[in-house]
Amino acid sequence: MDLTTTYLGLKLRNPVVPSASPLSRDVDTIRRLEDAGASAVVLYSLFEEQISLEAQELDYFLTAGTESYAEALSYFPDLESFRSEPEEYLELIRRAKEAVDIPIIASLNGVSTGGWIEYARRMEEAGADALELNIYYIPTDPELTSNDVENIYVDDVKAVKKNVNIPVAVKLGPFFTNLSNLAQRLKEAGADGLVLFNRFYQPDLDLEKLEVIPTVHLSRSEEILLPLRWIAILSARLPMSFAASSGIHTAEDVLKLVMAGADVTMMCSALLKHGPNHIHEVLKGMTEWMEKHEYESVSQMKGSMNQKSVAEPAAFERANYMKAINSYEFKL
Amino acid sequence: MKRRMVTIDGNEAAAYVAHKTNEVIAIYPITPSSPMGEWADEWSAKGQKNIWGTVPVVVEMQSEGGAAGAVHGALQTGGLTTTFTASQGLLLMIPNMYKIAGELNSTVFHVSARTLSTHALSIFGDHSDVMATRQTGFALLASNSVQEVMDFALIAQASTLKSRVPFLHFFDGFRTSHEVQKIEQLTEEDMHAMIPYELVEAHRQRAMTPDRPVLRGTAQNPDHFFQARERVNPYYLACPDIVQKTMDEFARIVGRQYHLFDYVGHPDAERIIVLMGSGAETVHETVEYLVERGEKVGVIKVRLYRPFSVKHFIQALPKTVKRIAVLDRTKEPGAAGEPLYIDVVNAINEAYAEGFLPTEGLPRVVGGRYGLSSKEFTPAMVKGVFDELNKDNPKNHFTVGIYDDVTHTSIDYDPSFSTENPHSIRAMFYGLGADGTVSANKNSIKIIGEETDNYAQGYFVYDSKKSGAMTVSHLRFGPDPIHSTYLISKANFLACHQFVFLEKLDILKYAEEGAVFLLNAPYPPEEVWDHLPRRVQEQIIEKKLKFYAIDAYKVAKETGMGVRINTIMQTCFFAISGILPRDEAIAKIKEAIRKTYGSKGEDVVQKNFHAVDQTLANLKEVKYPDHPTSKKEIPPIVSEKAPDFVKNVLAKIMAGEGDSLPVSAFPEDGTFPTGTAQWEKRNIALEIPVWDEKLCIQCGKCVMACPHSTIRAKVYDPKYLEEAPPTFKSADYRGKEYAGMKYTIQIAPEDCTGCALCVDVCPVKDKTDTSRKALNMAPQIPLREQERENWDFFLSIPDADRRSVRIETVKGAQFLRPLFEFSGACAGCGETPYVRLLTQLFGDRALIANATGCSSIYGGNLPTTPYTVDDNGRGPTWNNSLFEDNAEFGLGFRLSLDKHMEFAKELLVKLAPQIGDGLVDAILNARQRSEAEIHEQRQRVEELKKKLKEINSPEAKQLLGLADYLVRKSVWIVGGDGWAYDIGYGGLDHVLAMGRDVNLLVLDTEVYSNTGGQMSKATPMGAVAKFAAGGKPKPKKDLALMAMTYGYVYVAKVAMGANDQQTLRAFLEADAYEGPSLIIAYSHCIAHGIDMAKGMRNQEAAVKSGYWPLFRFNPALLAEGKNPLKIDSKAPSIALQDYIMMETRYRMLTRFNPERAKMLMEAAQKDVNMRWKLYQQLAQLQFDGQENS
Repeated sequence: MDLTTTYLGLKLRNPVVPSASPLSRDVDTIRRLEDAGASAVVLYSLFEEQISLEAQELDYFLTAGTESYAEALSYFPDLESFRSEPEEYLELIRRAKEAVDIPIIASLNGVSTGGWIEYARRMEEAGADALELNIYYIPTDPELTSNDVENIYVDDVKAVKKNVNIPVAVKLGPFFTNLSNLAQRLKEAGADGLVLFNRFYQPDLDLEKLEVIPTVHLSRSEEILLPLRWIAILSARLPMSFAASSGIHTAEDVLKLVMAGADVTMMCSALLKHGPNHIHEVLKGMTEWMEKHEYESVSQMKGSMNQKSVAEPAAFERANYMKAINSYEFKL
Repeated sequence: MKRRMVTIDGNEAAAYVAHKTNEVIAIYPITPSSPMGEWADEWSAKGQKNIWGTVPVVVEMQSEGGAAGAVHGALQTGGLTTTFTASQGLLLMIPNMYKIAGELNSTVFHVSARTLSTHALSIFGDHSDVMATRQTGFALLASNSVQEVMDFALIAQASTLKSRVPFLHFFDGFRTSHEVQKIEQLTEEDMHAMIPYELVEAHRQRAMTPDRPVLRGTAQNPDHFFQARERVNPYYLACPDIVQKTMDEFARIVGRQYHLFDYVGHPDAERIIVLMGSGAETVHETVEYLVERGEKVGVIKVRLYRPFSVKHFIQALPKTVKRIAVLDRTKEPGAAGEPLYIDVVNAINEAYAEGFLPTEGLPRVVGGRYGLSSKEFTPAMVKGVFDELNKDNPKNHFTVGIYDDVTHTSIDYDPSFSTENPHSIRAMFYGLGADGTVSANKNSIKIIGEETDNYAQGYFVYDSKKSGAMTVSHLRFGPDPIHSTYLISKANFLACHQFVFLEKLDILKYAEEGAVFLLNAPYPPEEVWDHLPRRVQEQIIEKKLKFYAIDAYKVAKETGMGVRINTIMQTCFFAISGILPRDEAIAKIKEAIRKTYGSKGEDVVQKNFHAVDQTLANLKEVKYPDHPTSKKEIPPIVSEKAPDFVKNVLAKIMAGEGDSLPVSAFPEDGTFPTGTAQWEKRNIALEIPVWDEKLCIQCGKCVMACPHSTIRAKVYDPKYLEEAPPTFKSADYRGKEYAGMKYTIQIAPEDCTGCALCVDVCPVKDKTDTSRKALNMAPQIPLREQERENWDFFLSIPDADRRSVRIETVKGAQFLRPLFEFSGACAGCGETPYVRLLTQLFGDRALIANATGCSSIYGGNLPTTPYTVDDNGRGPTWNNSLFEDNAEFGLGFRLSLDKHMEFAKELLVKLAPQIGDGLVDAILNARQRSEAEIHEQRQRVEELKKKLKEINSPEAKQLLGLADYLVRKSVWIVGGDGWAYDIGYGGLDHVLAMGRDVNLLVLDTEVYSNTGGQMSKATPMGAVAKFAAGGKPKPKKDLALMAMTYGYVYVAKVAMGANDQQTLRAFLEADAYEGPSLIIAYSHCIAHGIDMAKGMRNQEAAVKSGYWPLFRFNPALLAEGKNPLKIDSKAPSIALQDYIMMETRYRMLTRFNPERAKMLMEAAQKDVNMRWKLYQQLAQLQFDGQENS
């Protein structure tokens, strides 16, 4: 079975790619992912905000209380050579490139156009095959218009593209006034692909402690419906790469998304839950299904059910919502 | 070859040579020598090699005694071995020093000379420690300046290998060990040239090895020991010439010529001073100044003090000399004179008697003491000594630098005399520890020292308080070498980095006319003038100061620098001092920033760059009128209500005028009144907690957590509210026990450090706005007046009757008045809440023996001290003996108390017929466990005393003096983990084993906190500490488990932040247990690199992870057939990682060495699992009541 696909111009042996997650924090696991069949790996995200906070925090705590009291002019040995998070990350890229044959996609998470660009450039230097920009931004300022917000995304992409030669994908959340328009603008700004969608960590409340607590829960297969719709819509309109992300657990999930137009599908929760070898199961399931249904290759089915290629294109548009509710009630 | 110029301090200079010329380094931290060991450890950790190409091994021992033993052993096996120490540490090395010298081992001990503890401890410099070793057989070599420290470290190393006499190379603690100077760094080639490898080989040849076995350390008898002891003489006779030759060799290689005794001054000097140490530099400077003005004076700097070469000394003496003053920086009470004086008298006497004294007649020699405990020693004092020598009858055994109005030893001098170089820049900076002033100045010195041709010197005066600590930096720069080993008193650049200092201290008295004055003020520059106190305005006008101002905190805030204004103020200094062209200076600052912060992250670098750029835009010269306009007067240092001793003595010290106090101001035996911290209103909190009486559930947790006893609870009759100030808050008491009473939580606004621990532990949240608690932080200044009044009123309300208090509950215990308050501990300290609790529960009958360390510093460092008294005048009595002996010291308390009680009981029985059997029986059989029972016993004793006064017999008189001992006392032996786990462990173990009724409280911060975070055996696996730069490889010693094995020791492991009720219970049980008790208390610490406002959360996480299980082991339970061990915490509910990653001490290793961090973390988790299982099993053992015989 020919499972090969092309994503961001990279020839991949199949459409299953582990997305940015803690799994890619060490080279051993990356190797296990490759062995299990992953066709590329997106490394965990380097968080701009976290880099900045960690550096400041380290500086703060290492200097707190120093040079005040004659007997204790410092409280820690002066280690000087701290490996900063970005350095570690670059090192991981280098080591991952040495360890595996599949492409390594570096992931950068942030919003500013300052130091961030520098990291992108250095990731390329370290050997990353592509870059995934994870523009994490929750606008709360009522003065900020949707255009202002979208400009931030577009400017970020332009700035990064100007500084690197490797392909760049943009990972987005679903919350835009007109995602099609933004996608087009991003493409014009130089984005080679879109990753749909980012799952934001959601704050929750602890009723006993009356505290806000961050929660991380694993995705479920139902969640593929959102990326499925948008990939179906956008892949029909924009000639660029699409990666589906959110809720991909099974072979069926992958098949559906590929048919909707995804070049690759990105998996996280399923791998955290079942371990790297789950990829192998998914690929096996895909192959079996394709054999049973007499498909020859992934390229054959790719986009076969995008908005352009379905009998009822309007099904992906707003009216579909009403119908879905109806059909749901009907099932009851 | 050109040598590099470096700007470093004395400790680094010594450590540099020591590390390059040794293989084994065994040390133990002690101020001010600790940095030498830390440097050596860091260099070895980074793989830096010695000159022969191998990385020296650095080990930290359990005490200096241990370090000396390890040194001796390493020397005996041929290792080139050194150590660093000072003061008490050096004393602990003495036994081994005799051995090391007796066996002619080649070694150099580098000592930053420090005062020995006598009537008080002092961390500062003098020669009392070094002088205590002059009988050991070590050669004593004195360095007077930072350059000499580096030079003599090498000369000593070469000389010891040549002479086989071990060397003690010393320099003055702080004044030289911590003074930063621009010096020439010796090269490895210099060291090779000075120490040919044959010397090393000869050293190795003398090693013990089974390949050439020998036997040393024999025992000898009367017939031969004496002769054998004299056998060493040739080595001592040869030593001075060897050292001189080595010095000559050094001069040939390096270019600086030294002599055993260096003379500086007029060739025909008639009056000379003889001394050693940093003071010699000041005398040198003064002599040059006086000689230029025609005076025939000179100075002999003693370099090699032991072996004392009379020949060389006499050779150094000018023939013309008539009067000699020998100055000793030590005191030997009862001696015929201080040691150097005696040596000089002897040398002159011998030379005279043997006919080789070159002078006409016998010069008159007088001795004097100066500079004890780093007391300033200035050119004015030197001039005073020379003037004294001019008198017909100069005073002998004098003191200089103090006013002795008791035995009148002091000589007069004119303090205005100055020899400051007019071409030098003399800059003083007043800052807070927390604002980064000293770091900035150290940086500036490096820039100026290394980037210009100027000589540079920096000296820093630190605080003895750990919260709100003030620092004063003294920087000199100039074209000429700097010999000024004294503080600046005439500054031409003066910076005040904290506006509030202007009200507390007379800073501008140090400004020269026309000096530059830089002020950080929280006002726009154009408004600053109007906010100045009148005195300051007057001084600015009178001295015609060039006045600049900046709102540095505003700049810091805008550029994300927080409270650290170091970069900003440093930029100001360069911008207006004109030492470097402005642009060049800014470029250099930025270069330094990149160097300092680069490894921590680009963001930190950029933030600092931004601050530099913003500074220049905000720095403004202030134009001022020609007359003062302010009506703001300087407030008095202490309240009018303070006792006379506080007003007359302690207030002077607080005001920075302690130097002016005469000898008579002080007690003769080191005894001070308690309860003095309340008079020092430091006002260091920017924000203080404000109580919301409506939300408060009155749990008392805030009071329990408060490290400075500045938040208190009272329950009282509503009638007291009649007199209450208008803003005084109160609420109805919640609970049955005081139904109908009122309740108040009150904050001491001027004593609070603003740590916010109380807010963090407050369990209440406002139902309509969960960001609010029953305590909320608010700016202090607007609240100060009002809350001061409320606090005074609060204190006037009587405390709850101790008998009525439910002492066994956290809520109840907080009604007991803390008898430990307002200490100088760090804001948010994790130790002091335990100490406070101790004083609440037992303070009115407690004797505290305190090991040296943080708790002895915040407990007993003058000017004011925190232990205080209740309304009856009772309170803890406190003493600090040493670091190593605290358990034994406290045991001594118990022995006397028990003896007193026993004797009193014997007398009681004897006197029963006169006293009455009823009272005697009641006293003898009193249980004295509860507050009520103790109260009753006190009343009985009062009655007894009344009766005894009426009985006329020697026994009655004796009993009267002892009667109070019939009331049970509680002995507390308090100290940190350095004491309990390391240096004092032997004593602690013995005291536990003895079974006497003492309570040991270990404030376990898991490092040597007071000396700056060195590893102890309490340091946990994986944590980074000094001497464990790669993370401690082995788990913490389980002291609790070790103590439990005795079976009759009460042991508790507590962490207030995890379970305050369990902590309280442990304290009560420890006191009640009639035998030894050991409480190990988790104390979060600034040395953990944590958010101190949330330290109690770290405690909680430590317990939740199972790392710090809470338990009590109460042997009294055995009698009831119960298992004595009760585990009070639940099974681990979070991973160890979730706890330790809250702390920089662990987290930094993940940045420094991630692989090792991961490995250690996994091992540490396994250790936690193993220990939890072990304790579980111990707690499940079955007992049947037959075990306790």
